[in-house]
Formats: sequence, structure tokens, C-alpha cells
Amino acid sequence: MTLTKDLLTLEALNAEELWEILKRGNYYRERLDKGEKAGKELKGRTVANMFFEPSTRTRMSFELAAQYLGAHVINFAHQGSSLVKGESLLDTAWNIEAMAVDCMVIRHGTSGAVKLVADNVRASVVNAGEGKHEHPTQGLLDLLTIWRHKGRIEGLKVVITGDILHSRVARSNIQGLTKLGAQVVVTGPATMMPDTSDWPVEEETDLDKALQGADCVNVLRIQKERQEQGLFPSQKEYFSFWGLDQSRLSRDMLLLHPGPMNRGIEISDRAADGPNSAILDQVTNGVAIRMAVLSLLNERSGH
Amino acid sequence: MELLLKNAKLIDASGERYADIWIRDGKIAEVGKDLVRPGKSVDLGGKVVLPGLVDIHTHLREPGQEGKETIATGTAAAAKGGFTTICAMPNTSPVIDSPLLVELVKLKARGQGWVEVLPTGAITKGQKGEEIAEMGLMHRAGAVGFSDDGKWVQNAHIAHNAMRYAAQWNLLLISHPEDSTLNADGVMNAGPLADRLGLKGSDPVAEVAAVERDIILAEATGCRLHLTHLSTAGAVAAVRRAKVRGVRVTADVTPHHLLLTEAECDGYNTLAKVNPPLRTHEDCEALLAGLLDGTIDAIATDHAPHKDEEKKTTFDEAPAGIVGLETAWPLLYAHLVQTGRLPLAVLIEKMTAGPRRILGREDLALAAGQRADITVIDPNAQSLVNPADFISKGRNTPLAGWKLAGLPVMTIVQGQVVMLNGKVGEGPAAQPVAHVG
Repeated sequence: MTLTKDLLTLEALNAEELWEILKRGNYYRERLDKGEKAGKELKGRTVANMFFEPSTRTRMSFELAAQYLGAHVINFAHQGSSLVKGESLLDTAWNIEAMAVDCMVIRHGTSGAVKLVADNVRASVVNAGEGKHEHPTQGLLDLLTIWRHKGRIEGLKVVITGDILHSRVARSNIQGLTKLGAQVVVTGPATMMPDTSDWPVEEETDLDKALQGADCVNVLRIQKERQEQGLFPSQKEYFSFWGLDQSRLSRDMLLLHPGPMNRGIEISDRAADGPNSAILDQVTNGVAIRMAVLSLLNERSGH
Repeated sequence: MELLLKNAKLIDASGERYADIWIRDGKIAEVGKDLVRPGKSVDLGGKVVLPGLVDIHTHLREPGQEGKETIATGTAAAAKGGFTTICAMPNTSPVIDSPLLVELVKLKARGQGWVEVLPTGAITKGQKGEEIAEMGLMHRAGAVGFSDDGKWVQNAHIAHNAMRYAAQWNLLLISHPEDSTLNADGVMNAGPLADRLGLKGSDPVAEVAAVERDIILAEATGCRLHLTHLSTAGAVAAVRRAKVRGVRVTADVTPHHLLLTEAECDGYNTLAKVNPPLRTHEDCEALLAGLLDGTIDAIATDHAPHKDEEKKTTFDEAPAGIVGLETAWPLLYAHLVQTGRLPLAVLIEKMTAGPRRILGREDLALAAGQRADITVIDPNAQSLVNPADFISKGRNTPLAGWKLAGLPVMTIVQGQVVMLNGKVGEGPAAQPVAHVG
């Protein structure tokens, strides 16, 4: 059992653990749909949201998830690359832990930073997005969304398109999906494609070929500064080759996007707001899956 | 001071033999059988005597970063590791880029050094890669080579001028070959592991392209070029081709690039963060082949001490570097010589005559009249790497727990025993060496 104190990656979890979280996430989703938001699972516990990178939706999602379970929540937001002069990430974490915090939800721009904290504190740690490494709760909420729409995950073909190289969302999706038996195809410009030689995925440059027979497509946000870094020539060319337009979607293909969207760059309005889109459903599932993670860790960590 | 070493197995460039060595006034006075001489005598009981080990790439961190290492602690670590001569890299604070600073390093080393310290100076002022530094005056002050180590001279025009300028006095340029526009801030080797960890990868082509440019400029200018800490199969191939066509180029490799791969970085192990990064098994094999066929002339430690707390951070933020003075010889003895992958004679050559030749210094034989820089190793002594036992202030190595063998048991610098059985400064009348520099 690897899910005890922390949730750092989906790489560390097995299929059984993933299903346990997904089933509990589904339970909370049903509770939310019934308007039940006065849970007591985390009564008397304190959750600290520590965000070292700008984020609105993920931070709100974690904050609401903790509050819906009855926890005290504190927020720490430090934007910018470095901490208060002279204070290291670990010093910050130790100070926050010393305020009787039970669980730290951490977003950080550096791969490995959340693990560094988790290895050095007694509190539970949840990775809320770390560098280019993993974003496990995003991966889980995508899995929950696919499962609820398709009724299964095993045997599905899922395409992930865009900036795979810099995407923590892609890494967590690939781990979760392949462990549950889905086939994953990644597509995007060669300059933003990682070395996937020992990854359990197929690589396909041509988006339309990749989409043939696909059950789901997950469109990654493309950051505009990648153009300045010389990784793609123009938004127009990007959209032409890898942008998701409604015309590329077949009738039953589920469309996901982790948000926030760049409309007209990686996804068109018609697709984002069209019948295939589950994008707002993902947001609701995000709260449910974070409730599941927080409550499971609270049970497991022995607090 | 006189010292008689009895029952020694001597190994140097001329081969192996059993003999006694009498050391007097800093030199080897006599080598022969069954010598009886006045003064102190030590029975080595068949232990192996080598010409003193030389490290052409050491970071002593002084001046400016004495929290990481000092000339006193770094040279003591060198003595423990069996080194009698080390080259101090100039990327200190301030950078060694003027004759006065070369004199400062020499002065400090003369007062506090346990082994011979050969200073190097920067190629460009402040190692900024913009204007060439006073290489002529620094050479006159005692700098044995010039390097912007830590960085490559990125601008080809500056590099070309530096080589033309250095060539007029036959000065040695030591290049850290890494094109920073190609490695794109990489923190570990580029490849599937870096991409899985979400760390920026440093592509091997960043090293190969830099090596190729430097070779082309050295060929055009006639400059003596030394390429330090090669890490890629592509760089080894490039140097091999250059040597075949007669370019004056030499190269070295570190123990960690010979033995370790990028896999050490998994789990964000900052102790394995080093520049150039640890590569793949295929690169390790190519580097070993380069040592065996003479493409690579020397083994250098790139001893790069850092404080514990500096490494206890994220992989991106941690400084690059691995300490090596106290592990280099016994590590390679255990993992390359005892495993039959590298002949003992080649290891000795690459850590004694090889680096001396790069520096343009005469070979030291174990013969009468030669300077008494001597390393004694015990082929039967073994231990495990334990960073807590290091004399160096730096404990930063990913090799904790690795086997060591053929441990250095005595280091003699200019006739003086500076290390005995792993202890520095406890030998007969040991004190810092007033070396000739």
C-alpha cells in the first residue's frame, strides 16, 4: 500500500489504489450533486494550501474540498520563483507544520519540490501540481470524468495532444490511464515531445491519424511563451496542425481540457462549448476527487 | 629529512620491480636491494609504491567560498586520496584572472597546503567570456593552464582569439566543453528519465558540438587544448578523430562519469547532480574505451565540494558537483582494475604520467635523482565509501556505500610524509608542504 501519508504521483499507485480513489471520488460527486456539502470527515483537522505558483481553480478546488469535509483551511500563496529572502522551501514548510497543520496541499514550479517537503515533514502532503513532473489530482479527476462518461477505462483509446514535454497533466494522465488498461497516444510538435522511448505510450505526429478510433481526447494548454522559446512558429500554424476543432471530433469522442483554455489556440470555441465537451464536468469532478484524496489520506496517515 | 622505504613493490612507466627506496632532501637518493641507511626506516611489506598521483581538475573553493572547502582541507583530502599534486581551478570568488590572484593561491598553498598546488587562471576576465584575461602575466606568476571551467567560452570569436593569444607562448587552455545555448539550462542528462521526472535535460549534443568547435579552433591556431571531464560517447569519438589527424588536443574523464549513469538522479537525488551530467551506460563504455585506446589521456576528479544544506533542496536549485579526491583512486581500483576492465598499469598512467604530460611537466620515475613525490597503496586494503569520514568539507557524493580497494596508505610530497594510514598531518614531522610550485 503506497497511499499512506502522501499523494505525490500516480506513478507510485497501483490499479487497486487508483480505483479506490475513483470510487470514493464518484461517491463524493454524487453527494455534491445532491447538494450535500456539510461533511464531517475532516472535522478538527487543518489543511494548508501552499501555492508557490499562481493558481485560481486548483487552489479553490482544494479549498472547497477541504471545507466540504469540515476541515480548517489556511492559504499560503507565494507567487514568484523564490521565497522570502533567506528562507528555504523546507524552512517555510517546517514553520507551517509547527502551526499544527495536518495536511499540506502544495503546488510548486519545480519538479521534485513537493517530494522534498513530503520527505521532511510529518504532515500529509498532497501534490497539487509540481513543475513538469506530475499533477496527480488532475490525472485522477480526468480518470473519473472518463469513467463516468464511458462506463469503463480499460480498452479505451485516449489521445493527449499538445505540449507533452512540459506537461505535468500529461504525465499523470499517462500513468493513471495505462495502469487502468487504456491505450494512450500522444501527439504534438516534435519540439514539445518528450523522449517517450520507455514510456507506455504511442507517439503520432498527425493529430487526425491519432484521433482515428479514439474514445477521448485530452487537449493540453499551450503556453504562449513557448512560441518565444522557438518551440513553434505561430498560433496559426499550431492550431492548424494540433488545434482541436469540432470538425476533428467524431460523435462519441469525449473532449477534456485541464484549463485554463486558450480559445482559438489549442481549442476552438465550437469544440470547447460543443456536445463532446466535458470540460466543466471535469471541474466538478475535481472537487469530488480532492475530497476523496483528503479523506483517504486522513484515514491512512494515522492522525 | 631522510626516510628509507623497505620491501616495496615499485610500479611506474618502466614497469614493476621489488626494491628499497632511500629518500633524502626531498629527492629519491637511491633505489636498490637490501639498502641499509641511517635515519628512519619503514618496512612496507610488499605494498605498492607509485609516482605521486596528479589531479588536474580540483576545486579548492578558496578564496571566497571557504564554507565549501579551503586550501588546507582540500589539500588534506588530496593527500588522503594519494595525490601529491593538484591543479586548482580558477572559478573561485573572485575568479583567478590576474597575476596577483595567482600569487595569492600560491602563497596560501605554500603556508597551508599538504600537497603541491598548481594554480590555473581564467581564460577571460571574470570568466565572463567577453575579454581575454592576462594569461601572459598569470603564466609568469605560475599559472599552469587557463580555464573558464564551469562555463564554456561561448563566443567563438573570443575563443578563437584566446587560442591564438595562448598559442604564442604555448599556453595550455582547459576547456569545459558545454554549449549553453544547446543544453538549454538542463540539469541532468536529456532522455526518457529526465522527461519522466520532469527535469530539464542537457542534450549530449551540447558537449559534442562544443568539443568539435574547440578542436577546429585548436587545429587552426595550434593552441594546446585540453578538454576536461568528457561525458559523452560523441565527444570521445570527436577527440579520437582529432588525434588521428594530429591536432594538439588532450582529454580527461572523471571517475563518476566512468562508473555512474543518469539513473542515480532518479528520486531527485541532488547528490548525483553534476556538470556535465551523468549519462548512460553506453557513454560509460565509450569513455572506458577512450581511456584504453589513448583517446583520453588522464583521469581527473573534478572534486567539487558543496555544503550539505546546499544539496538539501530541489534538483533544479541544488549546485552541481561531486567530491572525488578521497575516493578516485581506490574507487577505480575496486571497480575497474579488480574487475579486470582496466589494467593497473593504465590506471597508474592516467593518474600520474598522463596528467603530467598534459601540463607539459616531466614524468616522475621511481629512480635516483627524481623528486620524492610518492604514493603508497595497499592492494589488500578495502573499505566502503563513508562521507562522514571525509577530510574534505564536502560530503557530496552519490557513492556512499560503494566498495573501495587498493587504499592509499602513505603519501609523500617532496620527501615528506603528509599522510600515513589515512591520517593527514600525523606522520613523522608532518606539516604543510613548502612546495616549489
